[in-house]
Amino acid sequence: MAERCAVIGVGQTHHKAKRDDVSIAGMVREAAKMALADADLTWSDIDAVVIGKAPDMFEGNMMPELYLAPALGAVGKPMIRVHTAGSVGGSTALVAAHLVKSGRHKRVLTVAYEKQSDSDAMWALSVPQPFAAPLLAGAGGYFAPVIRAYMRRAGAPDHIGRMVAVKDRLNALRNPYAHLHLPDIDMAMVEESIMLWEPLRYLESCPSSDGAAAMVLAAEDAISGSNPPAWIHGTAMRSEPTIFAGRDQVNPRAGRECAADVYAQAGITNPREQFDCAEVYVPFSWYEPMWLENLGFCEQGDGWKLTESGATAFDGDIPWNCSGGVLSSNPIGASGMLRFLEVAMQVRGQAGEHQVDGAKLALGQAYGGGAQFFSMWVVGSEKP
Amino acid sequence: MTDATTAGADVGPVTTLATPISLDFDFTPGVAQSRFLKALATGTFVGQRCPVCTKVYVPSRGTCPTDGVATTEEVVLSNSGTVTTFCVVNVPFAGQSIEIPYICAQILLDGANVSFMGLIQEIPTDQIRMGLRVEAVWVDDADLTPSLASIKYFRPNGETDAPYESYEEYL
Amino acid sequence: MSAPSGTVRPVSVASFAQSPNIRRDDQRNEVEGLLPVIAEVFGNIGITKDDVDFICSGSTDYLIGGPFSFVMALDAVGVWPPRAESHVEMDGAFALYEAWTLLQEGEIDAALVYSFGRSSLGDLNEILTLQLDPYYMAPLWPDIVSLSALQARALIDAGKATEADFAEVASRSRRDALANPKAQVAKDVAVDVLLQDPYVVEPLRRHALPPITDGAAAIVLAAGDKATAWSERPVWISGIDHRIETHALGARDLTSSPSTALAAQHAGVADGKVDIAEIHAPFAHQEIILRQAMGLDASVTINPSGGALAANPMMSAGLIRIGEAASRIAAGQADRAVAHATSGPCLQQNLVCVLEGA
Repeated sequence: MAERCAVIGVGQTHHKAKRDDVSIAGMVREAAKMALADADLTWSDIDAVVIGKAPDMFEGNMMPELYLAPALGAVGKPMIRVHTAGSVGGSTALVAAHLVKSGRHKRVLTVAYEKQSDSDAMWALSVPQPFAAPLLAGAGGYFAPVIRAYMRRAGAPDHIGRMVAVKDRLNALRNPYAHLHLPDIDMAMVEESIMLWEPLRYLESCPSSDGAAAMVLAAEDAISGSNPPAWIHGTAMRSEPTIFAGRDQVNPRAGRECAADVYAQAGITNPREQFDCAEVYVPFSWYEPMWLENLGFCEQGDGWKLTESGATAFDGDIPWNCSGGVLSSNPIGASGMLRFLEVAMQVRGQAGEHQVDGAKLALGQAYGGGAQFFSMWVVGSEKP
Repeated sequence: MTDATTAGADVGPVTTLATPISLDFDFTPGVAQSRFLKALATGTFVGQRCPVCTKVYVPSRGTCPTDGVATTEEVVLSNSGTVTTFCVVNVPFAGQSIEIPYICAQILLDGANVSFMGLIQEIPTDQIRMGLRVEAVWVDDADLTPSLASIKYFRPNGETDAPYESYEEYL
Repeated sequence: MSAPSGTVRPVSVASFAQSPNIRRDDQRNEVEGLLPVIAEVFGNIGITKDDVDFICSGSTDYLIGGPFSFVMALDAVGVWPPRAESHVEMDGAFALYEAWTLLQEGEIDAALVYSFGRSSLGDLNEILTLQLDPYYMAPLWPDIVSLSALQARALIDAGKATEADFAEVASRSRRDALANPKAQVAKDVAVDVLLQDPYVVEPLRRHALPPITDGAAAIVLAAGDKATAWSERPVWISGIDHRIETHALGARDLTSSPSTALAAQHAGVADGKVDIAEIHAPFAHQEIILRQAMGLDASVTINPSGGALAANPMMSAGLIRIGEAASRIAAGQADRAVAHATSGPCLQQNLVCVLEGA
């Protein structure tokens, strides 16, 4: 039967447009060492390493776990490399959790990263393939039409996206690790920013960041460190095909079913009331209202009303992305893990300026591909 | 990282190392896509029907994504379709071949059950809308090849816009 | 560092399928190549995708030269309604490990594992160079055949093997492959004839190199009632483990494989008599290193399928070793077998799986 598993250490880099002061190895070590220190452990205490990142072409380094093994203290240990597109940071943490839950290992280090400045992610996403329909301009070009479909379906007014863009950037001002710190951010500033993929403006889109995230996960009898553990109350992954007849791209079934699975494990029947906060993968502003509906925080069509009411703001009743979210820091492969890591920080009470008072139970979510791969976990301050 | 002062030249720390990578690949379109591509060379769209769910895929990659079975029955599709949704691309990026801003739309060809992404021209970017009826504009007959390059773009075909309900399930 | 703890839940290799292994499949794309393999791995035991609770695949984008190659491959399975699914950018043997881990928790009872890779689309020898340290090694473009030749040279210099030993491995592998209908390179050529081959990169002659292969493979893992319902004589995974070494070739003793030895120890290779071993040794000399690392003596039948020298589909060759070993136990030709998978230059990362008949 499954063992209890908890997060006992977290670490992340200061996310930036360009980390030209470190190599890829130096960057991942920065996050990993911080997580080890948090757990009061050293490299030799770790049984296995699970690493994740988005496509290898983002840095031009194939199967980078091979190169990074010594930098992450993995020599002589099992090491696994996960890749599930944008959800990879989340699913990497889940694979690590399973290594503990299965009784296989006591302490597992999990790391995710992207060093986007080492190559060109836009190019890697739009690399010409002779038989595939061209993606026509990166991830934004893919998701903007879906956002338009949501706006039409929900009857959502234009300003909702701008509200999310402002809210998450205000939150980022509380997070020293966030890439974007825009003290003057307001609705007008978002509206004046260049239209990239209409209806998406520049400031409604995520930045391109270098950064890494790391966590130490441990079995119940291997808890260490002076910070309290974040107990894992549920884990789930779901996938569906990219394209198929009748696919609901706005509100994908895989996301709804993934949420239902993780909620059942964690005993969640009313996510808006039971969670104290959530970190959800919102790379484009409009994905907040869309995921509010997908994750069951409100009825279908009401996501934008929840955002508009301020419920998801830092001082709202269900704050989303208190860290500033993907809109403020986007080291792609690490972005999903940052969601999982941030909710662990919240229930451990170590989120500093962006701490939600008394947070006890929180949801971390990541998605990837054509909004078709989902990974989620629920963490809590109490033992499940 | 490395301080190069020992070499005598004051070039400062080495922070970047450019290592160009160039690899060539010979792709294989596969059986189903070959049929789709060959049809493009005749200025026609050909899709494939799933024997289980009967949905028509264009272009088919050879299997039904939901049933996991081979799609075998060929279906000739219309030259016209409906814009289900779209965005206006205004961002420059490496390798871009079209002048910005341009319209990137999901087009549902009549007779197909999936939309695909295409370029829309001959309409101002502020007049593009969901439900717009469009048709494919092909290159000159002499220039037709078994590739997506045979389609120049899509343009409005003059028909009345399709009602939202007619394409809602494809969003 | 703690040893794997607790008792291991019995998990069986319930079904195995692989595509024909060929130099270049210029008819079918990845999805079309995978489709019959998935159909066969389910059809072997009369089940459908609805009977498995988890799916995990192994592949790498660089073989196809574009991002997200695993995404479209899912269309060969038909993940609808949505499924619990994961992917490793590694050989399918490591995907099997991830699925096996989930089965250990006892909450699910069956998993589909598959892998695919087409090595023919680009120059494989160049592509694999990108696995090297991107700052200090990859920019020099040392190719994988040359790095393997360095390893072979070290083996000869250490007095651990001769070129004739490499030819012996190659001769036996290709001869055994004559009985393997999926093999790509199968022929009976004597050692002294092979030793007339010119060098590709000294001391490696052509016969010591693996073929370049397009292929795919799949396995169904089962536990609990499903394991016994789906197999008359279930083949159980009694132990599985994998370990990685440092990337710096200069810091490794290339003539040994401590990661394989450690994985073999944790998988329990020495806990009983081994009848056969399927070893993922892309280069002939690597079989000698791996055999020694796993402590396999002359009584063990090595690579009856012909091994990676007979067919080396990237990302699947390791998973196929597990399938081949399990098939021989299922057929009653062996009671206990070892399967091995490798990743990275000069055997940097290794997985060992011990299989036993009921």
